[in-house]
Amino acid sequence: MKKIVILGAGTAGTIVANRFKRILDFNQWQVTLVDPDPVHYYQPGFLFIPFRMYSEKDVIKPKRDFIEPPLRLIQSKVEAIDADHNRVHLADGTVLPYDFLIIATGVDIHPEETPGMLDGEWGKSIHSFYTLPTSQALRDVLRTWKGGRLVVNVVDNPIKCPVAPLEFIMLSDWYFHQQGMRDRVEIIYATPLSGAFTKPVASQLLGELLESKNIKVEPDFMIERVDPEAKKIVSYDEREIEYDLLVTIPLNKGADVIGKSGLGNELNLVPVDPYTLRAKAHPNIFVLGDASDAPASKAGATAHFSIDLFTEHFLDYVETGELPPYFDGHANCFIETGFGKGLMIDFNYTQEPLPGRYPLPGIGPLTLLQESEFNHWGKLMFRWMYWHILLRGMELPLSATMSMAGKWKV
Amino acid sequence: MPTRVIAGKTVEVDAEGFMTNPNEWNEEIAVELAKEEGINELTPEHWKVINFCRQSASANGKAPTLRAITSGTGISTKELFALFPKGPAKKVAKIAGLGKPEGCV
Ligand SMILES: Cc1cc2nc3c(=O)[nH]c(=O)nc-3n(C[C@H](O)[C@H](O)[C@H](O)COP(=O)(O)OP(=O)(O)OC[C@H]3O[C@@H](n4cnc5c(N)ncnc54)[C@H](O)[C@@H]3O)c2cc1C
Repeated sequence: MKKIVILGAGTAGTIVANRFKRILDFNQWQVTLVDPDPVHYYQPGFLFIPFRMYSEKDVIKPKRDFIEPPLRLIQSKVEAIDADHNRVHLADGTVLPYDFLIIATGVDIHPEETPGMLDGEWGKSIHSFYTLPTSQALRDVLRTWKGGRLVVNVVDNPIKCPVAPLEFIMLSDWYFHQQGMRDRVEIIYATPLSGAFTKPVASQLLGELLESKNIKVEPDFMIERVDPEAKKIVSYDEREIEYDLLVTIPLNKGADVIGKSGLGNELNLVPVDPYTLRAKAHPNIFVLGDASDAPASKAGATAHFSIDLFTEHFLDYVETGELPPYFDGHANCFIETGFGKGLMIDFNYTQEPLPGRYPLPGIGPLTLLQESEFNHWGKLMFRWMYWHILLRGMELPLSATMSMAGKWKV
Repeated sequence: MPTRVIAGKTVEVDAEGFMTNPNEWNEEIAVELAKEEGINELTPEHWKVINFCRQSASANGKAPTLRAITSGTGISTKELFALFPKGPAKKVAKIAGLGKPEGCV
C-alpha cells in the first residue's frame, strides 16, 4: 500500500484529493487528509460580506461534504513534518508515514507582525476582510459609519488574491454611493507596489480606473507601524497617512509548522521548482496552492490549473521519477469594479495581463481588462462552480495553460 | 530584448530598465544606475547590500526580497529605506544588475 498524506484540506488539498480519487487504484493507494478545521471557507466570498452582498451561509460548508471515502480525513493539526524520515506528527499524537507528501496549508494573515496593529483598535477603527470574522466585524462597522477617510493598506507582498484589495476599494466606492454618502468619504489606497498593480499594462489601466472613481493611490508605501491613538499609519521612509477607518491586508505567511520543521523561507513558504511545484529539497514533497514560494498568483484559480496538470503527470512520475516542466504559472481572476461590473485578467509567469477577450467555451468571450456586467456575473457564478465543480475535482472547460488567443498586444 | 549603453557598456534590459543578464554587470554600471535612481554616492553600506544581493541571486537564481535582505545582512528595514529610498528591494535589484524581484504577483 502506497501512502499519500495531504496537509490542509482547503481549496488545493480538497481539489487534489478528489483528483486522486479519480486516478488512483485504492487497492494500492491510501490518501489521508489532515486539517484541524471542520469548516471549508469560500474565501473569495469574504470580499462581499462587508457590503452585505453575501452572508456567512454563502461562504461556509462542512469539509466532510467534499471528502468522502475512500479518502480519509483526520481532524487534527499537523505539529511537525519530519521530511528526513517521511512522516508527519499530529497534535493528537498520531504519526503518519508517507510515500508522497502534499503540503496544502495555504497562507494566513498575521496582524501581530505590524507594530501597533493589535494595540487596542483592532476590530474598532482597524479592520480586515481576509477571514470570516474580520469581514463580519467590518460589515458591522460599515453599517453605522458616518464617513471620513478610509485607508486601505497592503502590508507586504505576496498576498493571496492580489487583486482583492482593489476590488474591496471599488466595491466600497459603489457601496458609499448607494448609501448616499460618497461625498463624505475619502478613499486612499496605500500600497507597497509602485502603482495600482504589479504588472505594467494592468497597473496603468487599473490606475486610471481608480482615478476615474476618485480614489487616491499612495504608491511605494511600506508600512512600519500603526499609531492607533493618533489613527495614522507610518511608513519606513516616514510618510504618515491619517485615517478614520483603516482596512488592512496584514502580512500573509505560511503555516508555522512549515517554519518549525525547517521547510520554509522567511515567510514560511516552501521553496519549490515553479514549473513542477516539487519541493526543492525533497523529491517526494509537492506544494500545491498558496503554501509555496512559486511566483504565481496565490489564487484558487491558479491552484486549480496547477492541480489539473499535476495529477496528469503524477502517475508517470511515480513510475519513471521524471517530471516535465508542466506548469506555466497560469492565473486568471475576475476583478469586481463596482456598480455591477467587473473585469478579468489572465496571465502566467512570463506573460503579463493584457486587454482583449477570454474565450470561454459554451458561454462566450469574457472581456479582459475592460469592465462589463458579464464579468460581474461571472464572478458571482464562480461561487456555484467552486462548490459544485472545482472542489469535487471535476474539469472546467478552461485550458490549464495560458493561451494568447484573443489577447491584444498593446 | 532592448539594449542600452551604461557606463560605456552595451547591456540587455527589460521594458522597466532592469538588466536581464547579471553577467554583463560591473561596478561602474552600478555607480551609474545608482545615480539614475537618485543615489549620488555608493557608501560601504550600500555595497554591503549590493554584494549580498548579487550573491543571493547567483545562489537562488532570483533577486532576494526585502525580508531576505534584512535577515541576510543584519541591516534593518528602516536603514534599507534610508540607503535605497522608496522600494529598497527593487532599487537594489536594479543597481545590482539583477532582474526585477518576483514575489509580488
Ligand atoms: C478575501 C479573499 C478573496 C479572494 N478572492 C479570490 C478570487 O476571486 N479568485 C481566486 O481564485 N482566489 C481568491 N482568493 C484566494 C483563494 O481563496 C486561495 O488562493 C485558496 O483558497 C488557496 O488554497 P489553499 O488550499 O492553498 O489554502 P486554503 O484554502 O487557505 O487552505 C489551507 C488549509 O490548511 C489548513 N491548515 C493550516 N495549517 C494547518 C496545520 N498546521 N495542520 C493542518 N492543516 C492546516 C487550514 O485549516 C486550511 O483548511 C481570495 C482569498 C481571500 C482571502
